[in-house]
Amino acid sequence: MDENIALIIEWVLKAVILAFGLITGFAYTTYYERKLLARIQIRIGPNRAGPFGLLQPAADGIKLFFKEELIPAQAYKFIFVIAPILTMVPALVILAVIPWGESFELFGRQIALSMADINVGVLYILSVASISVYGIVLAGWSSNNKYAMMGGLRSTAQMISYELALGLSFVGPLMLAGSMSMLDIVRAQQETAWYIFYQPLGALIFYIAMLAEVNRAPFDMPEAEQELAAGFHTEYSGMKFALFTMGEYVKMIAVSVIFSTLFLGGFDGPAIDRFVLLGPLYLVLKVAACLFVMIWVRATLPRLRYDRLMAFGWKLLLPAALFNIFITAVLILLFDLG
Amino acid sequence: MTPDVILFLILAVVAIASALGMLLSKNAVYSALYLILNLATIAVFYLLLGAPFIAMVQVTVYAGAIMVLFLFVIMLLGAEQLRRARTLGWQQPVAVVLAVVLVAEATYIIFTKTSSLPDIEAAEAGFGSPQAIGELLFNQYLLPFEITSVLLLVAMIGAIVMTRDGKKKE
Repeated sequence: MDENIALIIEWVLKAVILAFGLITGFAYTTYYERKLLARIQIRIGPNRAGPFGLLQPAADGIKLFFKEELIPAQAYKFIFVIAPILTMVPALVILAVIPWGESFELFGRQIALSMADINVGVLYILSVASISVYGIVLAGWSSNNKYAMMGGLRSTAQMISYELALGLSFVGPLMLAGSMSMLDIVRAQQETAWYIFYQPLGALIFYIAMLAEVNRAPFDMPEAEQELAAGFHTEYSGMKFALFTMGEYVKMIAVSVIFSTLFLGGFDGPAIDRFVLLGPLYLVLKVAACLFVMIWVRATLPRLRYDRLMAFGWKLLLPAALFNIFITAVLILLFDLG
Repeated sequence: MTPDVILFLILAVVAIASALGMLLSKNAVYSALYLILNLATIAVFYLLLGAPFIAMVQVTVYAGAIMVLFLFVIMLLGAEQLRRARTLGWQQPVAVVLAVVLVAEATYIIFTKTSSLPDIEAAEAGFGSPQAIGELLFNQYLLPFEITSVLLLVAMIGAIVMTRDGKKKE
């Protein structure tokens, strides 16, 4: 019984640390993005609140807390209220299967640096990702506003289309490692090399598809402001609006973590076998690099037209992902890599 | 009662309530949402039965992909509100009669054959893992598996051909 209680305490602690880490990460990703965008556009960026503007996220949060929350009279109220929550929750739980390092010993207990190392880890990520579209669709529908509705529908179409390419680009690392457990995939990369070298095409497809999955520029169709006011969150204000932004940024972090784990060696890095606790640090550094590229892309590329976006996903990205699987399978058989 | 039984009872209540909600709600979007909840609950049942692979596939394919398309179509057509006109007609009384028969059958079996369930052994280690399922699919069930994939391909090509024809007529 003591063992069970200790396990429950361990899980709760890990979950709380992960959730708080993600929410802090969200706050400082907004700061990171604003500073970087400013830098790219030769501006200064936020620099008033605190030293170097470091308290800017806190100031934004306080502002949003005191904003008036409106619910449109014709809205479907229950769905309208839970839609932001439905966007936020998948973004927070998707990282449960990510390993942050090998296990280490603390107070005589082996503590694994992951929430759950399950043998269907990759499938878990895909299923949570396929659920995460509901928040946005329902937000668009329940607002009872044509722009919000259009934004919601666009996001559905876009996310379904790009989910296919995303799912297929998971298959490359999976075949090379011969396992669906994320920990096994990282270990296999430690033994050989990071999969971005074995799977350059797969990594590129994954990166493009994940930009579309989290509705980032140049794929931010659901909130194209010239066409749709603000898209699916037109009618949202105050903390509900903040939850959507939070969901978006936490998703950005989550997909970056997944990308780093699958293609950049996860927690792998110099001297990792001697100092286990360096793992999370390496992973955070890799995530920061991924986020940097995302923000860079946003600052550089214009938004795609909607029909081009769908054509690109179905006619180029999907065949390319299938081709990548085929090539990977042939190479594994030829050189006995698997 | 063990934790498994308590969990099962809670899930059973949720599953039945969501199924009823799906049938009875007047708004098609709410019906779809109840169905999603129902499918997700069934995924948890699979987890309880020690089949994580099936559980994850259930969520991805049914609760995720297929239901998103359902919602998409409902919203696109603006068909949320059920029309007042009765389109089912004679089917409703028949459905009631069949339901009564089903319930009667189930009660009869529950109250007469109490100990007819065979003892089952606990699943062996690795049961239901992706590897075990893959090996079964590609060895023992290779032919049905390939036939299914051909069927799906035919359906896909059929869908594309039908949309093409529609365009030509315009």
